[in-house]
Amino acid sequence: MTATDAMSNWDRFVFTFFNADIAMKYGWEILQGASVTILAGLAVVMTGIVVGFGLAALRAIGWKSLNFLIIVFVDIFRSLPPLAIILVLFFGFPAIGIVLPSLIVLWLSLGAVLAAFAEEIFWAGITSVPKGQWLAARSTGLTFAQTLRYVILPQAVRLGIPPLTNRAISITKNLALGSAIGVNEILGRANSALSMSANATPLTMGALLYVLVFIPLVIASRMLERNYRWGEH
Amino acid sequence: MEQFTQEFLNLDVMAKVAPYLFQGLLQTLLLCSFLIPIGLVGGLLVMLLTTSPYRVLRWPAIVAVDFFRAFPPLVLLVFVYAGLPFIGLRVPALLAVAVAFLINSASYYGEIYRAGMVSVPKGQREAARSTGLSATQALLYVTLPQAVRNVLPDLLSNTVELIKLTTLASVISVPELLHSANLARSLTYNSSPLILAAIIYLILLLPVVRLIARLEHKL
Repeated sequence: MTATDAMSNWDRFVFTFFNADIAMKYGWEILQGASVTILAGLAVVMTGIVVGFGLAALRAIGWKSLNFLIIVFVDIFRSLPPLAIILVLFFGFPAIGIVLPSLIVLWLSLGAVLAAFAEEIFWAGITSVPKGQWLAARSTGLTFAQTLRYVILPQAVRLGIPPLTNRAISITKNLALGSAIGVNEILGRANSALSMSANATPLTMGALLYVLVFIPLVIASRMLERNYRWGEH
Repeated sequence: MEQFTQEFLNLDVMAKVAPYLFQGLLQTLLLCSFLIPIGLVGGLLVMLLTTSPYRVLRWPAIVAVDFFRAFPPLVLLVFVYAGLPFIGLRVPALLAVAVAFLINSASYYGEIYRAGMVSVPKGQREAARSTGLSATQALLYVTLPQAVRNVLPDLLSNTVELIKLTTLASVISVPELLHSANLARSLTYNSSPLILAAIIYLILLLPVVRLIARLEHKL
């Protein structure tokens, strides 16, 4: 205590949050967490968008009972907090004989949440295409599937890209929740380094790493929004 | 099937933990009762900065907004709660939640308000000013109401996200709904409390999610 008392406030701040020795010691460890975060993030985004897109395309066919199931899935996963889904999968499923590794639980939970939001976004895009386009395409002799594939979906996807990017970013940031079930991602590793070193520098590094991973995406989403903005005079 | 019902839909367990989960629900509602207003007001201030005509105000604000949109809320929360005590600032859990959520949600709400302001034609503000309204009056009575109306679905959907985010407080042991459910799970060795909590979240949020979907399709 006396040693730190002798330091000025500024020194103490730097020693605590930007400690070079600690950064050297745990840097590699936390950096490895970044690779877990990035790979899991890619898996979540791919799964979410592909499944969401598939569900929206299925919904366009118009089978009543299938649409009902899709809407139930979408509404539930849009309403539930991701952490609640993660805890049920991680703690509940082993009791009925399904044991999933924590990383798989994280991927499945966030993938399902993103799929639900992506379906809604693609579906909003599909319904925003004027009915005349369907009729015109069908009357030129295109089949239902061809109309969907070549006329409707390209427009729906274009409309959906800006909101989808924002949603994908905000859901992928939830990868940090993995630390609550012991996934070795950035925050999990930073947390254990924090308790081992009794210094906050690992946390600073973890936070900066997260920002480093996500800031290019945030900037890209800003540019997308500018390019795709419609009704702009 | 028997095993599934026993583990997830055990009514005896649910009945036993219900009063305890109710306490958690109250805590969640308490969190919402101050997190939503400070987010909405904070977002308004952020929007005023990011749409300011002065570059010295606008650019730092835009950089800060992007920085905090790239910052996972849980990392922010842990940083405030576990990091600050190291420099002698011991923050109570509720205050840490308030600070972290204010920073996070003000950035998000701010961007939504900004999108709304951009959608209001310039002439509206000019017309309001030329009738003799002050800049503040033009904002409060003319442009802001239109902006808010234009982005109402987005404001609502961000509020739903904010309510879902209150579950993060469980990570720093604030006894909100999910935290009490998870504690009840570990005491009863049964997952039904988690399912009960999920049902409560659905009852609270599903109607709002439906409403948002309808508003979005109407626009």
